[in-house]
Order: sequence, then C-alpha cells, then structure tokens
Amino acid sequence: MGSILDTSAWNLGLMLLLLSAAVLGGIQAARRRRLGPMRRLRALDALEIAVGRAAELGRPVYFVPGVRDIDDVQTIAGLSLLRTVAGLAARYGCRLQVPTDRSLVMNTAREICREAYAAAGRPEAYRDDMVSYISDEQFAFAARVDGLMVRERPAAAFLLGAFYAESLLLAEAGNLAGAMQVAGTANWHQLPFLVTACDEVLIGDELFAASAYLDEDPALRGSLRGQDFGKYLAMALLTGGALLAAGSVLTGQAVLTTLYGAVLRLLQTG
Amino acid sequence: MRRLIPRLILTVVGVVLVLTPFFVRPEAGGRGPLPVFFAYADENFSVWFNVLAVFAFILGGANLLRTHALRVRERGRDWPYSLLTLVAFTAVLVLGLFKVGGPPGLQGSVSHGDSALTWIFDWIYMPLKSTLFALLAFFVASAAYRAFRLRSWEASLLLAAAFVVLIGRTPFGVTLTAWLPNVLRFLRLDELSIWIMKVPNTAGWRSILIGISLGVVAMSLRLILGIEHAVLGGRR
Repeated sequence: MGSILDTSAWNLGLMLLLLSAAVLGGIQAARRRRLGPMRRLRALDALEIAVGRAAELGRPVYFVPGVRDIDDVQTIAGLSLLRTVAGLAARYGCRLQVPTDRSLVMNTAREICREAYAAAGRPEAYRDDMVSYISDEQFAFAARVDGLMVRERPAAAFLLGAFYAESLLLAEAGNLAGAMQVAGTANWHQLPFLVTACDEVLIGDELFAASAYLDEDPALRGSLRGQDFGKYLAMALLTGGALLAAGSVLTGQAVLTTLYGAVLRLLQTG
Repeated sequence: MRRLIPRLILTVVGVVLVLTPFFVRPEAGGRGPLPVFFAYADENFSVWFNVLAVFAFILGGANLLRTHALRVRERGRDWPYSLLTLVAFTAVLVLGLFKVGGPPGLQGSVSHGDSALTWIFDWIYMPLKSTLFALLAFFVASAAYRAFRLRSWEASLLLAAAFVVLIGRTPFGVTLTAWLPNVLRFLRLDELSIWIMKVPNTAGWRSILIGISLGVVAMSLRLILGIEHAVLGGRR
C-alpha cells in the first residue's frame, strides 16, 4: 500500500471527504425539501435590472466571461450566468454581445446563448455573431472590447469570470460608457478594481454560488449548504487553532501544544 | 447522446484528476499500474486539452476573419478598423508561417532574433501592449477618486487606510512621524502601513481565499455529478 497511496496526503483526503460528504448531504437534504432560506445576493438581483435598463434605453448588453479558457472553473461559473443574461436579453429584446478571448469559450457561449434564446421562446432572434472571438492576447482583447464599449455605449455590462490586469481597463471603459455594471471574479487581487469601478460585484465564492442561486433545482441549491459547512469548519479550525496556540504559549501545557500541532498538520499541504 | 458523452468525459476526467495527488508518483517509488496511470493522466490530460484548444483556435481565427471580412464587404460601421485587422492578421500569419527573415525549415525557430515576426513582436506588439498597460495608471486614479469620495463611513475608513499605506511607504512618510517616541512606535506611519497590510488586509483576503477554495470544490462537485445545468445544458 505504501508504494501505491501517498499517505502524507491523508489530511488533504480527509478534508476532501468531509467537504464532498457535506455537499452531497446538502444536495440530499434539499431533495427532501429541507432547505432553509438563502441570503440575497444583490449582484444577482441586479442582473434583470441591468438588462431591463438596456431594453428601455435601446442600447446593447455586453457580457465578458473572463480571459481564461474553458478549463478554468471561473470561466465555467461566468458562462453559467451567461445563460441567465442571454435569457433575459431574449425576453426583453436587447442586443447581446459576448466578446470572448478563447475559441472554446466562444463555442460554448454560442451553445449556451442558442439554448437560452430557444428557452425564452425566441430562437429566431439568436445569431452566431452575437458571440465573437477577439484574440487570445490579454491586452489585444481588452483594447478591442474597450473600443466596442466606447463606440456602442452599452447600457449594461457584465464582467463575470477570471480577470487579471485588464479588469480595470474593461470596467472603466464600461463606466465611461455609462453602463450599469455587474462584475464577479475569484481572482482576489482584482476585486478592489472591480469593486471601485462596478455597480455590483460578486466577491470570490459568490461567483461559484451564483448558478445555484439562480436555479430552482434543489440539488444545486443544496450544494451551497455543503459550501457553508466548509466555511463553518474553516472558522472552527482557525479559531480553535488560535486558542490552542495562545493557550499553549500562556500555560505551557504539553497537551495544548500537541493539539495545536494536530490542527496545524490538518491544514498543511505539500 | 450529444450531452451524455461530454458529461461522461467530464465526470471521468474530474474524478481521475481529483484522485491524482493521493497516488505515489512512479519516480518517487510508486509501483503497480495505478500510480503509473494517475501520473500519466496528471501529465497528459492538460496536454490533450491544449491539443483540442489548438484545433479550436482555427475556429476562432476563421470567425475573426469572417466577421471582419463581412464588415469590410458591407462597408459596415468602423469598417476601416476591420480592414486593418484583416491586413495585420494576414501579414503576421504569412510572416510567421514562412519564417521570413529567420532560419528556414521545420527546425528553424519562429522566434529567432532576425525573424520578421520577432521584429513585429518587439517593435509593434510590445509598445502597443505597454501603452495599454500604462493606461492603467490613469484608470486607477479615476477609480480611486470615485472610491475615496467621502460618501459613507466605510469610504472614509478606506480613504484613511489608503492614505496611511501610501504615505507610509514613502521616505516622506517615514520622516513625518519619526519623532514619535519608541513607546508610540506603532503610530509611526511606516509601522502603521505595515500593520494594515499584514493584519487587516491579510485577514480580509485570506477569508476570501478560503471561501473561493470552498466554492471551487462545490462547483467542481456539481460539474462532476452533472447537475450544473447552465453550462452542460439541459433543464433549467
């Protein structure tokens, strides 16, 4: 067994098992209709307001699903929101533009928009050219999208996915164009830029919770319970670890030092 | 079937990649077919994705050419920009494919110092990229102006913290409060700046990071289990 399984990764395995069990348990509980109320996410409530505003003003809606490929979970989370936005754009009769910087994202986005327009009862309004490929290069992509925003002056802009240095370039261009902006990323280093330049922001894990929040499927909503369990576990371990460390230093008791070491080992990776 | 096969691939690849870190690598003494398989999967699944992405890039390039060619033909809005895009795209593609100026043949490097492609990269692409990057300075200033307007208690706190961090990291900031006695050392701007970055700032982004990691786990499980309808298609 020692030459097959890496026993040094036991803590990683334990955490993975606990979190997976919590997510699966949440899904099961939700299927049995034992789900409590959910916290409102203002940024998601703003999706319809932004698209409605674009319809009233007769101006386009822009959706940018980040600058990473489809193998990035943030891109997938962003695209899951595209379905909602495309459905709203179809219902309100807005012109939707989805500039992408990866071909695979473009193809997936087209499929999502086609399905959303069909589900909204307006399949004839869907056109392939509403989703376009711009460039794999980060700044070439940002330059093109900025140019489009300045010329077309969208009334709503959604920046949902993985963003890097171009986040502020895109968000400020949208701001200058007078668009109502909803952004979201799990790249924490870009969050301050998005928070200052956009009207509503999905911060960190809210981006991953968004599709479950918008979907009526209890299985999806139940998975959020598992996510919450993970947060409680992290809080308990951090608080417990801090108390044990303080107790160990203040009292010098060996048992506290041992327990603190165990908590540290549980959280260590690599 | 159109949805079932991608979902199956996603589930299998997802499960295999999740299990990969728990098997000993063959180079670290892992024996038997399982360590060999998981090491192979770990190394090659991302390569397979890159191969797929290369083929998809042809689709992207074709879409770019089609969109701009149509706009030029129909003399649509801003068509001269589209013409410029077509010319630049074709020129770079031809210069790169035929390795103009660089060593010829399959072994010749596209990025050789004498190649036309390197010249374009160094003297056209990089200055354009740097120019755009430099725009960030102005955008940061305008965004900071909006964020720091004293609209609320939180905005005022943000302004005060930003002021301390900015000033505390300059020699002027250090000399400004250097007169404070050692007992009040923690009030010196440079010390305060370090404390803000190390304590409240680190606590803030670490909590966000923990939330993100949990979100990634939940999202990945939803994808592996095939219940994430929005991207995989199906009921909504």
